[in-house]
Amino acid sequence: MNALRAENLVIGGGVVGLSVAFGLLQAGHKVHVLDGADRDLRASHGNFGLTWLQGKGARYAPYSRWTWSAVQQWPAFAEELAEISGQEVALEQPGGFEFFTDSDEHQTFAADLAAQAKTLGHDFTYQSCDGDTLRRNIPGIGPDVTGATYCAHDGHVNPLKLLHALRLSVQRLGGTIQTNATVKDLKRDGAFYRGILADQSQIAADRVFLCAGLGASDLAPQLGFRTIVRPQRGELLITERLETRLPFLSSTIRQVDEGGVQIGGTKAEVGPDDAETLPKMRELARHAVAIWPALAEVNILRSWGALRVVTPDGYPVYGRAPDGGDAFLVTCHSGVTLSPVHAKQLVAWFDDHKDAPNLEGFRDDRF
Amino acid sequence: MTVSRFTRRNEAIQDIISFSLDGQPASACAGDTVAAALLAHDSAAFRHTGIHSSPRTPFCMMGICFDCLVTIDGVQNQQACMITVTVGMDIRRQAGFRKLEGRS
Amino acid sequence: MKNLIVIGAGPAGMSAAATAARGGAKVLLLDEQPHPGGQIFRNITRNRNTLPHLGPDYAKGLEQAEALQHPNLTCRFGSTVWRIDDGRAKDGPRVAYSQNGKSQSVAARHVLIATGAQERPTPFPGWTLPGVMPAGAAQILMKSSDLIPREAILAGTGPLLYLIAAQMIDAGTPPLALVETQTSSMMARALSKMPRAMIDRQQVFKGLSLLRKIQKAGVRRYTAAQEFRARPQGDGLTFTFTSKGKEHVLHCALLLCHQGIVPSTNLTRSAGIPHQWNVTQLCWQPTHDDDGRTDRPGLWVAGDGAGIFGADAACAQGVITANAILCALDDLSPDIARHINAHALNRRFRADALRPFLDAAYAPAPEFLSPVDETILCRCEEITAGQVRVAASNGAEGPRQMKTATRAGMGPCQGRMCDLSVTTTLAAHSGRHPTDLGPHRARSPCKPVTLGELSRLDLGD
Repeated sequence: MNALRAENLVIGGGVVGLSVAFGLLQAGHKVHVLDGADRDLRASHGNFGLTWLQGKGARYAPYSRWTWSAVQQWPAFAEELAEISGQEVALEQPGGFEFFTDSDEHQTFAADLAAQAKTLGHDFTYQSCDGDTLRRNIPGIGPDVTGATYCAHDGHVNPLKLLHALRLSVQRLGGTIQTNATVKDLKRDGAFYRGILADQSQIAADRVFLCAGLGASDLAPQLGFRTIVRPQRGELLITERLETRLPFLSSTIRQVDEGGVQIGGTKAEVGPDDAETLPKMRELARHAVAIWPALAEVNILRSWGALRVVTPDGYPVYGRAPDGGDAFLVTCHSGVTLSPVHAKQLVAWFDDHKDAPNLEGFRDDRF
Repeated sequence: MTVSRFTRRNEAIQDIISFSLDGQPASACAGDTVAAALLAHDSAAFRHTGIHSSPRTPFCMMGICFDCLVTIDGVQNQQACMITVTVGMDIRRQAGFRKLEGRS
Repeated sequence: MKNLIVIGAGPAGMSAAATAARGGAKVLLLDEQPHPGGQIFRNITRNRNTLPHLGPDYAKGLEQAEALQHPNLTCRFGSTVWRIDDGRAKDGPRVAYSQNGKSQSVAARHVLIATGAQERPTPFPGWTLPGVMPAGAAQILMKSSDLIPREAILAGTGPLLYLIAAQMIDAGTPPLALVETQTSSMMARALSKMPRAMIDRQQVFKGLSLLRKIQKAGVRRYTAAQEFRARPQGDGLTFTFTSKGKEHVLHCALLLCHQGIVPSTNLTRSAGIPHQWNVTQLCWQPTHDDDGRTDRPGLWVAGDGAGIFGADAACAQGVITANAILCALDDLSPDIARHINAHALNRRFRADALRPFLDAAYAPAPEFLSPVDETILCRCEEITAGQVRVAASNGAEGPRQMKTATRAGMGPCQGRMCDLSVTTTLAAHSGRHPTDLGPHRARSPCKPVTLGELSRLDLGD
């Protein structure tokens, strides 16, 4: 059988893979993307859509700076995507809150932000306030909220629109996306990489970018990568659409541009199980009503579980195959926030461009 | 006022109860769902959708389509086909998505 | 703890609950409506025999509803089940339901899902307009409020249209017209199924007498109708269609559509029960054995929600499934169950006999399975068939990607009004079989619950 030939093969059609594909195309490369089956785990279909800086890498400077760079680039990136694809991603960067109902947690997190500010310098601004101050500024916040932190750089997009815009952009720029294409086997063969798909078809590529989230866990070791990612379940609720706009954005409660309020933030180590559970659904409802009591009357339409892609230390991995070949591993949890830097700086790094960022802090062999 | 799309058999008209529809007095038969009461009253739309402002009347009458949403006693987005009308109920037709109390 | 929770008080749920209670099980019966009967016997306990135009089959439901009076059986009406956990949970299957604005979750050793059927969505241009309704919905108004459709056209296919037409005639308000989509070649093909159907000759003759009544009443009848379209006109509607190559324009106050019924599968899908595509009835149904057992521990299905066979078969199946559950509870020996099931098995066999004929003669028309581009498929999010096709061409391969690409199925009805049409439209567009696409995944809450109510959910902890 004749193998399909690709110069640059991106394995993974989620936000991470498509951001990389988009960047490669813009750098003038030819790109073919392999996307998996409809029923795959697909973190990009179940996520929260934040473009978030607050607390990110508070104790790990490379991650904090990388995220900082991403949120700075988001406005231009969103505009560029909309221009190419015709699809707006509904980016808003109004600044975001972390709400607390426990003073100790608040203090600990405020200390993290102080550390983050030290890393990022004077451009990073955040505030911390008690519950009463908060309620004076945002009437309607519940009485159980003891305090909050606020970071002016936080925002959100509609993650499904982002995924759609990336897909369309990749196609408009001449990239090809092959659907229902699950890679079963991948290995180096001299100057090429050869893959075998679930339907037994073959593919050969000069360069391979492994961006398949949890789906990469079988393939990464075949190329000698060391990172082992694990699933971490987050559960989410979505309400009916509201005419009213919520006057805040937080890391656990956000209103989608279409009007529904998304509530999330739970974490559970349960393996590859994306079911929603009654105790977590209730916990999320209690949280939402505690923060904004007016939400009590609002209907929940749906809940779901989605699996975060988590590396051993929680920070992204950008790795080059240990044999020095042209295979790269890209994996992280914050695919939405980091989308702009994946499309720009990361591609410069793949290409060994003179402007390539220093990604030593994200090496695959740090584990 | 527009004529209802339904007629009620004469022998069925008993146990008349009164309620309020958009602030005006109206009547229904005891046991009617809110949807039945409004459908018997006139032919107007129950609501206009939030997306394209399309007019809708009840569709499935069994609680699954969510086209019959109205505001009952101040609570928005109630399924008219699943709630029995009661004396003095304040029923209002709706437009758009839910509005949060005290905010616009 | 209860031995059995039955969800749905229609023909299957009522007969199962009564059978299990009589057999010694402690049973909790939950139903959304204020009274038992399901949709087919809706409001039977209040109407009793005061609505003769509804016919003798409707009145038969009273006996079943009255059999629910048993000390082992607790009925909670006005209770909306919004989630089911199967028996892999540590304390067995669990059901979360809402009653009077309060949600609780209760465990039982077995849960029988008997949530019945819904009418197949019939998308065509104009089906979202005021005055367009499923025919069965109008019949629910006849049963629940004695409201008779006025200046109505019955349009579509299926024996339910004949029954409703006859009921309207007997109530003194005949339909303006009966517009049927089935063709003479469909009827000719169905004739090969007639010998088996004659096992239930009573039903066959009943159908023929309905047709005679419609003819005698002088109701205009069109067959092989296509290209449905409704437009608003004053307070009413203009309904256009073609029949045998000729265009017709009719005016009406109500356009009552019907393309048969399909299992309601939101609860069974969200409970994780595998589903299969019924190639004859063109719909999903939960996979189960003859007793109604699913592959999820402690979860059972019976009645039209498990596959469409009609009320008589559902009633018989309720008995069979209840006896299988009694056996699983060790309250009944399988030998005795076989013996006492004989009558129900015979009844199920007879009731099933007519189905192949009905499925062939009154199959849904292709234009509702893959409607023209401008047709709204998702009533909640107002997504058209054209948008679904564009998304498919852009690479939305299956139901999940289609949902996230278009938002079809993300509104309050949770896809009940569009999942099937999206699947059949996508299948027709991509040349793939629905079995390859797979069913839409359903998530809880299967009916909306407020955040306040969920925050106060009683988990028994």
